[in-house]
Amino acid sequence: MLADDLRYYDYLPITKRPPLTWPNGARIAVWFAPNVEFYELIPPVNPARAAWPPPLPDVLGYSWRDYGNRVGFWRLLEVMDRFRLRGSAALNVAVCQHHPEIIAAMQERGWEFFSHGIYNGRYVYGMDEAQERALIEDAIVTVERHTGHRLKGWLSPALTNTERTPHLLAEYGITYSCDFMHDDQPFPLNVRAGRLISIPYTVEINDAAAYIRRLFSPQHFCEAIKAQFDRLYAEGGRVMCIALHPYLTGRPYRLLALIEGLEHITSRQGVWFATGAEIADWYYTHYYNGMIALLASRRSGQV
Amino acid sequence: MAPLPNEHLRYPRRRHGMDHDRYDWSIMQRRPRVEWPNGAHVAVWIVAPLTWYPLTLGPQPRPPTGVFDDPWPNFRDYTHRDYGNRVGAFRVMEVLDRFGIRPTTPTNAAVCERYPELVQEAVRHGWEIAGHGIDMGHQHDARLDEATEVTMVATALMTLRKATGQAVTGWLSPANAESLSTPDLLTANGVHYSCDWVNDELPYAMRTRHGPLWAMPYSHDINDASMIWHGHHSPLEFVDQVRSEFDWLHAESRQQGGRIFTLCVHAWCIGQPHRIHALERILEHVRNHSGTWTATGAEILAQYQQQVDQS
Repeated sequence: MLADDLRYYDYLPITKRPPLTWPNGARIAVWFAPNVEFYELIPPVNPARAAWPPPLPDVLGYSWRDYGNRVGFWRLLEVMDRFRLRGSAALNVAVCQHHPEIIAAMQERGWEFFSHGIYNGRYVYGMDEAQERALIEDAIVTVERHTGHRLKGWLSPALTNTERTPHLLAEYGITYSCDFMHDDQPFPLNVRAGRLISIPYTVEINDAAAYIRRLFSPQHFCEAIKAQFDRLYAEGGRVMCIALHPYLTGRPYRLLALIEGLEHITSRQGVWFATGAEIADWYYTHYYNGMIALLASRRSGQV
Repeated sequence: MAPLPNEHLRYPRRRHGMDHDRYDWSIMQRRPRVEWPNGAHVAVWIVAPLTWYPLTLGPQPRPPTGVFDDPWPNFRDYTHRDYGNRVGAFRVMEVLDRFGIRPTTPTNAAVCERYPELVQEAVRHGWEIAGHGIDMGHQHDARLDEATEVTMVATALMTLRKATGQAVTGWLSPANAESLSTPDLLTANGVHYSCDWVNDELPYAMRTRHGPLWAMPYSHDINDASMIWHGHHSPLEFVDQVRSEFDWLHAESRQQGGRIFTLCVHAWCIGQPHRIHALERILEHVRNHSGTWTATGAEILAQYQQQVDQS
């Protein structure tokens, strides 16, 4: 029988937590997660989910994604540069081999790299433990070899998981996961050994969700960015993630919406523009132990 | 459940560049600058397909925009698409004439056979006719054996060439669907450029068994059927996004060299009385800008090739 809940996190309403602040008293941490991806023309078909509708090739689907690397990424980079913003790349690590030019451009700008699997159409569904370990080891070794960075973050390829993924990530020293959409703050995950936290990623302020699933206009997405920011900023002690895909946001007609959103966000005081790893590190340094203690006492019924 | 076969963790084409040999990896922004005639920096390319959706059109692996899947006989959707050929196309033609624009027109062979007056009018107005398969129910994809696809490509092109007297050197597969061989079959049949691959904004050469096939930057989202029909955006939201696309390219091309602004409009969609104003608004916006050059796909490609050859 499949579990109806994997119990990776405790319930603690956001109103019952100690206040959280960011470096220099910033009210909000904002991070950008461009998904830098490589889709294969003819990937093996995972029995649980096909990367492309059959029969292969899917020329429209494949070439649309490829546009992100040939054209869109470079426009997005220009816009991020204009605002002096760093991204944290959710990286299909095979981009290191296929397009090292893209890796170099991100590295020159001090971006962070976190793992988004090997290829976007290689799903984790159905992997046994040895296979999943091989995947994680591949990602760690590839990123280290091509960038010199120790891999700290994880967003499963196409957000596909097994029931054991977070346990394995913690074992390999990954410090944060982006596969949890349940919160506006980082939060400890219950892993069998080591430690792992979720940090807020988003399927809301995410151009793929907005443009492909919800059929937003760019103006609608721009309004969503601003409204999300305004509310989280007013509440304080929150994280805002903006998840982007070069093949979508790198289109000429959508860039203005992003620029307007960025103008709005960068015009406020008290905003900490961070990478995913910086947010995770800050949380571990200042809040993790306290939260673990609080959760332990709640579990033992002392609170 | 059986464990995942280990081929899922093997990556035989993990290497520099693409995972296939059809074309090379290339960053658009790092290519030599191009210029269009008379110092123009934006080439304006209108793509206006003429299509026939047969009544027997069933579920397709790659649904073309405007596909219908209610039980046969679906009068509603069949006739709504056919409206484009009877009325909508002539409304689009009137607007394009007023703005002095000749589009590239991917045309199903069935349209030539069924609606010869429409195709003759398009030719008389100087429209560039391009291949667009037999009809919207005949997709080119990996289910076909090569002999069948050879016949489909040859028949479609032969029909168009005979009906129009044009060379017909461009191609758009219905729903952009291709088999692994389609580009080879296109060059074997005298096609110079294809609109199926939407990965670039400038022309680039693909490898085929019979020499290069140029990929031209068709737009699957600056497209009335994608935005208005599939995306449920209003005509004014469509206008807004298309203007935004043009404005960005107009500014960028001043700095970075020539760009192509591609707009795709379908007679059955934009040709509706309540939507045609969207096309007029867009073309007015374009006309109010200097530095543009309006041309057909074949003309844009010829200019591009000439410059690439010189550099």
